[in-house]
Amino acid sequence: MADTSVPSVGETPFPPAHEGVPSLRLRNVSKSFGAVRALTDVDFEVYPGEVVGLVGDNGAGKSTLIKVIAGVGPADSGEIFVDGQPVRLSSPQVAAGLGIETVYQDLALCDNLDVVSNLFLGREDRSFLRTLDENLMEYRTLEVLRTLDVKLPSARTVVSSLSGGQRQSIAVAKCILRKAKVVLLDEPTAALGVAQTKQVLALIRRLREQGLAVVVISHNLADVFEVVDRVVVLRLGRRVASFDIKNTTPERIIASITGAEFGSLLTAEESNGNGLQGGK
Amino acid sequence: MSEIQQKKTTAVVDQSAVAAVERPEYVRRRTIGELLRGDLGFLPVLATLILVVLYFEFTTNGLFLTSRNLSFLAQQMAETGVIGLGSILVLLLGEIDLSVAAVAQLCAVVMAVCSERLGLPAIVAIPVALVAGALVGLLNGILVAVVRVPSFIVTLAGSIAYSGLLLFLMFGQTTLIVRNDFIVAIAGSPVSFLPDYLGVGLPAVAVILYAIGLLYNYTRRRRLGLRTQSLSRIVVQIVIVAILVGAAITAFESYNGVPYSTAILFGLILLFWLILTKTSFGRHIYAAGGNVEATRRAGINVVGIRIAVFTLCSTLAALAGVIQASRNTAVYSAINPTLLLDAIGAAVIGGVSLFGGRGSAWAIVLGVLIILSLENGLTLQSQGTDIQQMVEGAVLVIAVVADALIRRAQARSGSGR
Repeated sequence: MADTSVPSVGETPFPPAHEGVPSLRLRNVSKSFGAVRALTDVDFEVYPGEVVGLVGDNGAGKSTLIKVIAGVGPADSGEIFVDGQPVRLSSPQVAAGLGIETVYQDLALCDNLDVVSNLFLGREDRSFLRTLDENLMEYRTLEVLRTLDVKLPSARTVVSSLSGGQRQSIAVAKCILRKAKVVLLDEPTAALGVAQTKQVLALIRRLREQGLAVVVISHNLADVFEVVDRVVVLRLGRRVASFDIKNTTPERIIASITGAEFGSLLTAEESNGNGLQGGK
Repeated sequence: MSEIQQKKTTAVVDQSAVAAVERPEYVRRRTIGELLRGDLGFLPVLATLILVVLYFEFTTNGLFLTSRNLSFLAQQMAETGVIGLGSILVLLLGEIDLSVAAVAQLCAVVMAVCSERLGLPAIVAIPVALVAGALVGLLNGILVAVVRVPSFIVTLAGSIAYSGLLLFLMFGQTTLIVRNDFIVAIAGSPVSFLPDYLGVGLPAVAVILYAIGLLYNYTRRRRLGLRTQSLSRIVVQIVIVAILVGAAITAFESYNGVPYSTAILFGLILLFWLILTKTSFGRHIYAAGGNVEATRRAGINVVGIRIAVFTLCSTLAALAGVIQASRNTAVYSAINPTLLLDAIGAAVIGGVSLFGGRGSAWAIVLGVLIILSLENGLTLQSQGTDIQQMVEGAVLVIAVVADALIRRAQARSGSGR
């Protein structure tokens, strides 16, 4: 179970901080849609206090893998472990019950409600005669937002008037309130401006500081390099590489995303520098 | 409970949570237009009402603002108001119920048939009517929420079917006189008024409870270290409410007192205001009206909420039918043609969005007052139905246009509710 060596191309040893039991571990997970094999024997693992970037071209199987982990589209075969215990992620409720929360690109916020109502939607604190305990909820909201270092005009601001970065923070805070252990972020910086992207990246670092296991799916390698500890690359439904971010370059990651010959790509694209896009 | 206890003790240490997160300097200075679309949205509506009232007061040589006319207006308010309250619930979901007027009439007929033809006591006939309304609403709700038929089709078709059913129940009669004393006493007799001690006492108790609630909330927020309104602002708020309630009660008491039907209307508004703002159920109605997908993902049973709301709406319509039958001391086979749009229009004029998720139970008060003041005032001016209908239609269109414009402005600026 503590066997953490996953042999694949370009593999570098894990940093010592991540020895131990992974928060979430997938082994030999496969999934097919009819004749199409979306995932083939994929291994995946994320440790507490680690941010893993999941990258790959379109159709590489990122979304399918996320759906497997979120319980939306269960795997056909393979084993899944949460904190070392074998589990079956058969539905989103089961996944949430095990502490796996997903923030989708659309954030799933009610624009007409305020921050407090959104954070506690479906899990309201109640008091006297089962009425809403607004003050306790507001208090807990402020506590959670403080740990994430989020700044707002007020906890009673209507969500529609917040910026994109603040909205992302609210969606993440929702996961924290539900005592998530593993947080999946689907394209958290897509459609955000420069300042807002910085805000969200800071938010991800704060999640790591709190010892959560974070999985970031992103097309933007610049963002990936700024915040993740490790990058897992999928290509055509297989895990082709896992890079320690300290010992790699965007060029090497792109090479394994596209499956290009390593040397030829490096010479062809070297001049493009750090901001390469990992796929279209 | 223990969690709350724990919070109380930690609150002393954690005063900084508020300061760390809430940054008042992040609040943009809002333009007057934004304010009028947001918190002060009731002001244009109130101004319209005052204009309407003043106009009729002058053109009818002071007939409009007599206690007698106001008392009559209040009794008219009850039916439209109670139906409108149900419509608000449905509108908050972003749906619409076009069958409310037919359901009201149908249930009134059911009650009249039970009490007059079958000779059942009112204590049975009225609940039968309410249950009939609930069943109709349940059917509407299931068709909308489970079968996923658009609500306007379900309820439009329903309203035709229900008006057929009520003709069937009337056996071809056009009028069925209601003689049952208890039913008539609800709104149709000279004694249908609360005794003075209740007419003054109940609103007074409500205002006192409201004041206690605000002050308790203030102390609790202070204890948890949350930002509070200043105490003087809370006092001003209480005083304004007390003055409004006091003025209304004085107006009623100077004539016959508070009509039962008005007491029922305001009791229901209070009840649904509490349900909408203080319970999870109410919160989930707003959520489902704002973003159905997010609400579903939060683990909320959206189908159940839709069914419950349609059931409540039709039950309220049934109650309105009972009140109407009592006031007319008869039920008719013809459905009041303006009742449906009066009720939905009143909700929209009061500020409930046709697009869902925005509005308050109190919206119905101003909305119904504007619509009925127009009707009442034009009648006092001896204008014919032709003018009345044109004016009312124009007012409804203006209200809906305002709603659409507000929504578009919000989508553009991304602000406010």
